[in-house]
Amino acid sequence: MREIVLIAITAIFVENFVLSKFLGICPFLGVSKKTSTAVGMGGAIIFVITISSTVTWVINEYLLIPNDLTYLQTIVFILVIAALVQLVETVMKKFMPPLYRALGIYLPLITTNCAVLGSALLIAERKYTFLQAVVFGFSAAVGFTLALVLFSGVRERIETNDIPVAFRGLPITLVAAALVSVAFFGFQGLFGI
Amino acid sequence: METVLFPVALVSGLGLIFGLILSYASVKFEVKVDDRIAKVREALPGANCGACGFSGCDNYAEAIVNGAEINRCPVGGPELVAKLSDIMGVENQAGEKMVARVMCQGSWDKVNIKFDYDGIMDCRSAASMSGGPSSCVYGCVGMGSCKKACAFGAITVENGLARIDETKCTGCGKCIAECPKLIIKLVPARSGYSVACSNEEKGAVARKNCKVACIACGKCVKTCPKEAITIVNFKAVIDTAKCENCGECIKVCPTGAIAKYTVLM
Repeated sequence: MREIVLIAITAIFVENFVLSKFLGICPFLGVSKKTSTAVGMGGAIIFVITISSTVTWVINEYLLIPNDLTYLQTIVFILVIAALVQLVETVMKKFMPPLYRALGIYLPLITTNCAVLGSALLIAERKYTFLQAVVFGFSAAVGFTLALVLFSGVRERIETNDIPVAFRGLPITLVAAALVSVAFFGFQGLFGI
Repeated sequence: METVLFPVALVSGLGLIFGLILSYASVKFEVKVDDRIAKVREALPGANCGACGFSGCDNYAEAIVNGAEINRCPVGGPELVAKLSDIMGVENQAGEKMVARVMCQGSWDKVNIKFDYDGIMDCRSAASMSGGPSSCVYGCVGMGSCKKACAFGAITVENGLARIDETKCTGCGKCIAECPKLIIKLVPARSGYSVACSNEEKGAVARKNCKVACIACGKCVKTCPKEAITIVNFKAVIDTAKCENCGECIKVCPTGAIAKYTVLM
């Protein structure tokens, strides 16, 4: 139990996907302009990473490892994730139209997101058990959402400030992202991890 | 050979299985939608600007099929309405192509500056400080709120004055709602001349505050062969329905308050 909690806390704070592993920077900069879109994207990503971590763990454990094909991980995982997102979208459109509408365009966008693949590959590399894999996937996605929502708050404040001309737009966004990232480095060494 | 064949077979097998599952799912979980929605969506410009009053082109397409008017998209213009009337089988409700125009020429060098504004770069905030830094309280504040609102990049702010590139303007009207001074107006794209001034003070006061203000002298009213110009609230107004772009008014205007625009159609 203690181990599970540790994995969750590590994935959310210490090894935050965006702020310390630099995965998924594209949505981090792309959809963090408004808190509402950041929350939408976060919801979609939690959903997809949790499911894809689970499915790729099963495929890795029962298909790739027994046949000694772990070098195929990257390509097989991409295949699985793309197909899975497509399937989830089709099913959701039929049975959960409100959720489908809420997640909207963010769901297909995630198909090629490196955070999703990164999560699957990290789980394989660290040889997590099934439960650990699910918890890690879910917490990593929660960490991703946390970073996204926090940063959207920062950007909404940047919007109303008088920024020097040379820094307007992307430069100040990257500077702010670096500062938020530095803040998260404060979690390094938490519980001696 | 074996060592290569098996992995290849595995990956292609996985691909095949996923493909089969997906195609099965797409048939099994198919959601019936009106095929006109896709057609209407295809015809819409896809700018997602929201000027029609719906959130995005997808929602508007759905609303059209459910009976909304087909002429609410200013971006597509008359051609779009014609296309939509074909798809929906309703009569053509096309209007005229409109563009937005800033009815002001008071850049920083034409007006007096009352004070140095150092607050939020937003027209509404700046205008709330005794009418803005410009001496003309009717004129452009120049903080670029309209520029931020424009989804098509048609507005530039230079020297404290917003200018609209009419080739990029779609007439969606978002900038109009954003301007605290209400000096952006929609005019037909075929109109070549506008009184680019919104000052409603008497001539002497207007002139004192801005070098290019309309002073309501009435010369253009007398000159116009079509009687298209009237003075309302100490300011000349061109009736675009009567105006034929002859350009006589601009020749007699003593202050340069009437501006010439490129006629687009």
